[in-house]
Amino acid sequence: MGYAVQMKGITKSFPGVLANDGIDFAVEENEIHCLLGENGCGKSTLMNVLFGIHKQEAGEILIKDKKSTITNTKEAHDAGIGMVHQHFMLVNPMTALDNIMLGKEPIGLFLDRQVARREISAMIEKYGFQIDLDASVSELAVGIKQRMEIVKILYRGADIIIMDEPTAVLTPQEVQELFKILTGLKADGKTIIFITHKLEETMAISDRVTVLRGGKKVKTVVTAQSSEKELARYMVGYDVNFDLERPPVECGDILLEVRNVQLLPNARHSVSFEIRKGEILGIAGVDGNGQQELEEMIMGVRKAPKGGSIIVNGSDITGTTTKFRKAYGMGHIPSDRYKSAMVKDFSVRENYMLGFQDHADLNTYGFIKHKVLAAFSQAQIKKYNVVVSSDESSIGTLSGGNQQKVIISRELGHDPDVVIVAQPTRGLDIGAIEFVHSTLIDLRRQGKAVLLISVELTEIMTLSDRIAVLCGGEIMDSFENSRDVTREQLGLLMAGKAVGGSYGEE
Amino acid sequence: MQFLDSLITHILPLGYQLSIPIALAAIAATISERLGVINLGIEGQMLVGAFAAVVGSHLTGSPVIGILFGMIAGGVFGLLHVTVCVKLRSNQAVCGVAINLLALGLTDFLTTLIWGTKISALVTRLPNVTVPLLERIPIAGVFFRNQTVFFYLLPLIVAAAYIFFYKTRWGLRVMAIGHNPQAALSAGINVVKYRYVGLMIAGVLAGLGGAYLSVAFNNAFVSDMVAGRGFMGIASNIFGGWNPLGSFLASFLFAFAQSLRYYVAGAVVPTQITQMLPYAITLIVLIAVKKRSRAPEAMGVLE
Amino acid sequence: MEKNKTFGSIGAKLGDLGSSLFSIALALAMGAVIILFMGLNPLTAYAELWRGAFQNPTAIANTLSRATPLLLCGLSVAVARRAGLFNIGAEGQLHAGAIATILFMLAFPSLPRILLLPVGILIGMFAGAAWALIPGILKAKRGIHEVVVCIMCNYLIILFCAYLVNGPFLEPGSHVGQTTLIAEAGRLSNLFVPRSQLNTGFLIAIGVAVVVYIFLFKTSLGFKFRTVGSNPEAARAGGIIPEKISIGAMAFAGSIAALAGITEVLGKYYRFIDGFSPSFGFTGIAVAFLARSNPFGIILSALLFGTLDSGSLRMARVTGVSSDLIIVIQALVIFFVAIPNITKFFKLPKNVILARFDK
Repeated sequence: MGYAVQMKGITKSFPGVLANDGIDFAVEENEIHCLLGENGCGKSTLMNVLFGIHKQEAGEILIKDKKSTITNTKEAHDAGIGMVHQHFMLVNPMTALDNIMLGKEPIGLFLDRQVARREISAMIEKYGFQIDLDASVSELAVGIKQRMEIVKILYRGADIIIMDEPTAVLTPQEVQELFKILTGLKADGKTIIFITHKLEETMAISDRVTVLRGGKKVKTVVTAQSSEKELARYMVGYDVNFDLERPPVECGDILLEVRNVQLLPNARHSVSFEIRKGEILGIAGVDGNGQQELEEMIMGVRKAPKGGSIIVNGSDITGTTTKFRKAYGMGHIPSDRYKSAMVKDFSVRENYMLGFQDHADLNTYGFIKHKVLAAFSQAQIKKYNVVVSSDESSIGTLSGGNQQKVIISRELGHDPDVVIVAQPTRGLDIGAIEFVHSTLIDLRRQGKAVLLISVELTEIMTLSDRIAVLCGGEIMDSFENSRDVTREQLGLLMAGKAVGGSYGEE
Repeated sequence: MQFLDSLITHILPLGYQLSIPIALAAIAATISERLGVINLGIEGQMLVGAFAAVVGSHLTGSPVIGILFGMIAGGVFGLLHVTVCVKLRSNQAVCGVAINLLALGLTDFLTTLIWGTKISALVTRLPNVTVPLLERIPIAGVFFRNQTVFFYLLPLIVAAAYIFFYKTRWGLRVMAIGHNPQAALSAGINVVKYRYVGLMIAGVLAGLGGAYLSVAFNNAFVSDMVAGRGFMGIASNIFGGWNPLGSFLASFLFAFAQSLRYYVAGAVVPTQITQMLPYAITLIVLIAVKKRSRAPEAMGVLE
Repeated sequence: MEKNKTFGSIGAKLGDLGSSLFSIALALAMGAVIILFMGLNPLTAYAELWRGAFQNPTAIANTLSRATPLLLCGLSVAVARRAGLFNIGAEGQLHAGAIATILFMLAFPSLPRILLLPVGILIGMFAGAAWALIPGILKAKRGIHEVVVCIMCNYLIILFCAYLVNGPFLEPGSHVGQTTLIAEAGRLSNLFVPRSQLNTGFLIAIGVAVVVYIFLFKTSLGFKFRTVGSNPEAARAGGIIPEKISIGAMAFAGSIAALAGITEVLGKYYRFIDGFSPSFGFTGIAVAFLARSNPFGIILSALLFGTLDSGSLRMARVTGVSSDLIIVIQALVIFFVAIPNITKFFKLPKNVILARFDK
């Protein structure tokens, strides 16, 4: 059997980073090949080089044994390569049909949707996808959108399909459906490159796997002859300890109470829960099911609709401002680090002031106490081992893990009672993830009340004392003891299928 | 009755004449913003169009060639805008302001250079046409008597723009680019090319609008003669919901307010106050337009 | 997105300064090419420009006085810019300020100087702030782009002022649109050089620059302005309400722009004259962008533009190069400054530069 793609000695650097260092990568025809590695290991760069988005500095690319001359997406399509991006490339106000045919519309002076519809319907039927071609994209569920993306590239005649972290937005059940689709495509003769950082998926779907680390290729192995543990070692470079000590802590008084808060306008039930001193409540769920609303309503960043209330330390803070809540002992580690937690053009030191600019420690009569601020920022940098040359350099120049350390140490630096933590390890490497996790366990020991919102089931299951599952803006169910629940149960709940009694209130 | 009479025979036709440059600017704005590029430079593109048209007419004696000059000049300034914004990645609003300032300085500078004052010499004006037979229609005949070609050209341009946006695949692609350029790119569409061509066409339309002002509606170039019509066009485009038909209707509203000024002016209301009317209406319209849901989602976003 | 640099690394600062200087040089060079096309000598023209601006103390004083409204307008644009807003309404705001101050002074001519001057100035600043609130509030509450609103507001207020000084407040017997003169007590006094146009307005402008610097970089409200300007979502998560800041920033910017109009009418004309501002507000945009919204940089760039303005008259008189060329050069400066990393497009290979020196 021949090779679909051969990349030989690919080297590509960006200012200050050697993203790909002489990588050899070969994909056989009609196989599912996983490209495995942590964030920042060079997976995306390698695929962008294949796609012609970046030009390699050294090395050559063969596609079906022919030298590749791709420089843009259209040429990639012509060469039979298509990519399903992690963030869907769909135009919201347009219909599914328009989205699929976009860029490859039937020839003619005027738009002829009938011709395109016939061809696309046939394709949808052949693979057994269920897509309503007349629905506008914004109404479609995530899983359907992903199928649309696959149809899009099949419509363009792709036989090499690149899937970029396709499971990040799916429930475990949807992941199973996706795998079925991929197996079907393979049976139809397609070649699939599957980019991921998740070991279980790699084991479940791939024929072979290539592991990258720090811009270098570590190894290509036949999946069936390898193990999760071995792949993890290749990926990280050392033996990973998956278990985290979670020593028992005596739970105290209720510190945070959320009562009847309507998260999404069309949710049938509002949300209620409480968190005690020394407790981590994990909120599981697929992204976009009200997590951001929950996080922002608790912090007062987003206005909660009338009716619900948020109680901290026994006082109702429902109508108060974000500024008041932060001063009242609520720490916040936002889900979108770049957008909501930092100002990337500002210095690290100035970022240490963000959110506390009116705090009495840092402010006299409206003037900033620069010396106090500098002392605070330097102390936190030291305490949390933030790697930075000077606290006056801009935070945008730091790695994701160090940025997150700045944000965590800022929020914890004012000794909050309640900490709202959302997607704290998104985009971090394993070292930084370990740091974040041990910090959260430490908060629990110190007697803080922690709300942990995460789409990573493993994270939720290892850290939380109690777990609640969010779907469609409602709590599907909750578990008083996180050890009582299985992945499968959580997965069903995340997909909106109730398995037990309802926890949400009218 | 007398007012109704003058409404039909004078105010409405004048309103329509005044709506021509605004509507052309509005369509230019629609094209630009549907491609995700904020084009505040339309005002300046119209100004150089007006100036170049007078120069063309002055040099050749032919207002038609003058109009061609105006369209080319507008197109060149459109090219300047798209190059600076898309290729050189400048802030789009700032670039628009710079285009307007450049157009103002350049046209004043060259007018002074050629004619020694800030007003050009009088040039040959585009001759008016009368449509036989139709002009005899009672009352409405005034619309077919002694009007400029633009009078009939505008509906054609509006219709063409409408068909382009809603009935062709290029229109579909433009829509995709304005809402999600990344998606368009991944569908194999050359986003940069579309923006270049689109912004140049927008510039040509703006130049045409300027040329109309200087060699069809008037017959000379006067410093800053566009007087905010480019911005009124941008506002019409917003009011019209990024749709050529809507833009056309909205620009007529502005123009109608302007035309009123010729009839209400003088003794009753001071001229400055009537001059304020279109700007005030623009503001009120902007405030009144509901949530801007029809706006291209990626306006001002390159990727 | 435009990068809003803070006083971060020295390297970044030098880079900004370098590309600002480069932008000026490039704009002047393109101006020179235009002059060459006219068949004239650009060096002579620029030399006359320089002479016109600096040949004697009076010329220098007039240059400083020309820079005064540009400095204030530049600061106004910069304050808004730092908060993420594009204030192209400075032109209207300075009209609002000037007319309010003049009307107040005409209404209370007999007040003592100690009352008339400060209250008059404050009323003008208040008017400018109030006028700037229209785009500020529409931006904050309705999400309407402030640029379009500012443009409409400019036309409205300028026309309204024209109506006032040609109608109800027209100086009796005057053929041009202007009010009567205000009382001596309301006038700003001449500074340093008698008979020049330089007045205490210049000192006020320098003072405002210092205040703006301290405000932006030393106070927590200034920090909030800059945070909203750089990342409104992070600001909101940090307990800052971006809408409030937008409104406040426009009001602050409007009051500074108003000062530009006020110091002009109180220091130079002692009355409101229709068309007294040769679009100071728009030149202020160039001034602010050239200095990348750094208050001290704005002092320098206002001086540069003041020089161009005050020297261009002599240039026009002596060499015949129309002073409108200066507007072209200003527009080019905005273009070049707005392009990120402009210098990188013009890098010569090292050996080319060396080869030139070898000759």
